[in-house]
Amino acid sequence: MEIGPYILLASLEGAVTAAVLALTAVGLSLVFGVMRVVNIAHGEFFMLGAVIAWYVAHWMGGHPALGFVAALVVAPLLVGAIAVAADMTILKRLDYDPERTIVATIGLLYIIQQLTLMSYGPEARPVEAPFNQRIALPWIERGESGWQFYYPWGLSTTSYKLAVIGAAGAVLCGVWALMTRTRIGLVMRATQADREMALAFGIPVEKVYALVFGLGAGLAALAAVLIVPIQQAHYLMGADPLLLSFIVVIIGGLGSLPGTVLAAVLIGLSDGIISVFFSPTLAKILATLLVGLVLVFRPQGLFGTRAA
Amino acid sequence: MSIETRRVLALHGGLVALLIGLHFVLPAYHHGNLARIMVLASYAIGYNILFGYTGLLSLGHALFFAAGMYGMALTIQHAGFTPAPGLLSGIVAGALISGALALLALRTTGVAFMIVTLMFAQAGYLTILYFGEYTRGDEGFVIQTAQRVLWGIDLSDPANRYFAALSLFAICLGLSLWLVRAPFGRVLVAIRENEERVRMLGYDIYAHKLGAMVISGTMAAASGAVYGLLFGYAGASFASVQYSIFPLLWVLLGGAGTVLGPFIGTLFMFYLIDLSSGITSAYMLIAGVTLVALTLFAPQGLAGEVRRRIWKGLP
Repeated sequence: MEIGPYILLASLEGAVTAAVLALTAVGLSLVFGVMRVVNIAHGEFFMLGAVIAWYVAHWMGGHPALGFVAALVVAPLLVGAIAVAADMTILKRLDYDPERTIVATIGLLYIIQQLTLMSYGPEARPVEAPFNQRIALPWIERGESGWQFYYPWGLSTTSYKLAVIGAAGAVLCGVWALMTRTRIGLVMRATQADREMALAFGIPVEKVYALVFGLGAGLAALAAVLIVPIQQAHYLMGADPLLLSFIVVIIGGLGSLPGTVLAAVLIGLSDGIISVFFSPTLAKILATLLVGLVLVFRPQGLFGTRAA
Repeated sequence: MSIETRRVLALHGGLVALLIGLHFVLPAYHHGNLARIMVLASYAIGYNILFGYTGLLSLGHALFFAAGMYGMALTIQHAGFTPAPGLLSGIVAGALISGALALLALRTTGVAFMIVTLMFAQAGYLTILYFGEYTRGDEGFVIQTAQRVLWGIDLSDPANRYFAALSLFAICLGLSLWLVRAPFGRVLVAIRENEERVRMLGYDIYAHKLGAMVISGTMAAASGAVYGLLFGYAGASFASVQYSIFPLLWVLLGGAGTVLGPFIGTLFMFYLIDLSSGITSAYMLIAGVTLVALTLFAPQGLAGEVRRRIWKGLP
């Protein structure tokens, strides 16, 4: 294959990564923006979404689409409920102190991960995609007889991958509409802007926090359900999404939703393209160093304008 | 010498004497465990200087532990060093890396400091994996018995190993005790309690934090180097996030900001995990539950409770 089609293929794969990453990172960013806490267990909510999707699809049986659609509804709701419970029993009692919350969510990470290991086991299990047609992609190249149109071998994607990109885009638009066009979004933004003042105006801040924490976790779970037919559900799968979400949220500017989405697209695409040329480990080293250095020298993020 | 000083010396000297005595009575299994615990407790003592006394929560100490371990193991394995210069190079590596990270990370505070240390430690871990040709990555490599003879003492022998671990532990414990009673340590505690007021009193906050981080990182590196040498193995898992979380867990459990806390926490956690790993493979569950429970119900830890209820002057 020539380099051109190769890059097209890499950026298509990258777009799928970017779509899922954007959903996960927006969840993390929402929690950080409104609640001012860093949720280290975010990757485990992602993993829980995938594992629950497997359980649901497994129990439903029948046509793969049936189980998948059920998982799409059940997994985010269930994971959201678990997150709300964790918020009310643990985070609320810590008074959302940033440092103690980090320690507690590290503990939560191990609890969720190890309970999954005990119940679900160490195997990686697939969930069947609801539809999965292979789509060959054309490529234009200047040959001996002028420009010609052909289908290079290996340049293809699946209908499901395109659907993932579309679905993620739709959900992100939904989150944006929720934050800017609804009353509950207004309340969330008020809490983000000034917690004390919101409290003074009678906004039930603690309920808003619980809701936001649940929503953030639910978004991660939704992203996991979308990706699980492509990857497999495994109890350690939360580490990479957590790291990547961190990278995205920090580069995009802490707590800024448009910045987060922009950074997710950038990181997702470059991740796909970079890993064509470099070893994945080297790419990860560069990415983690980048995050560290951005936090040190530009704490407001590459796209952010105000100090975090 | 005041009565208070005498009591403090009696308590900490008594622990070292007890550990010497235990060498003669403990069965082989627990004897080996205790040697391991003493080295890991030295790591926790180093962590405690930064977290417990200075109030800086690092999530990247595995980087320093691994710097010591690989600084020692790689020079012995590939440069033909003997253990003494090997240990030294491990400690120097730890001092340099902690100094370099401190220069960067201390520009941030609070949550950003935690994430920055986490990210650089992760980059360090990935770097070890990337140079798998020399480090053998996750699999790690064994340091042969013949390479572990320090000044004619064979460190693979259980008795020698025990006393080598005890020496490291006693040095770290003594240093930590001396440090927190010295003016430098007092300033660190003052920074933890009220940074702005210390600045107003004319102290150089940055220099003190830098010093604390280098001492803490060097102690962690020394523990890593000794750990590799005593147990004859260096592997990338010692650089993973888990090994940054462990000292935090031990110090929180034992009591942050107490000299004995790190040892107590390491001892308890080691046996808790040791016992539970007999029942389930998901032994990290215990670590998770303990972390959450500690932050919720006992943020001062075991020795912190003793200080609060029984002995206010416990260092």
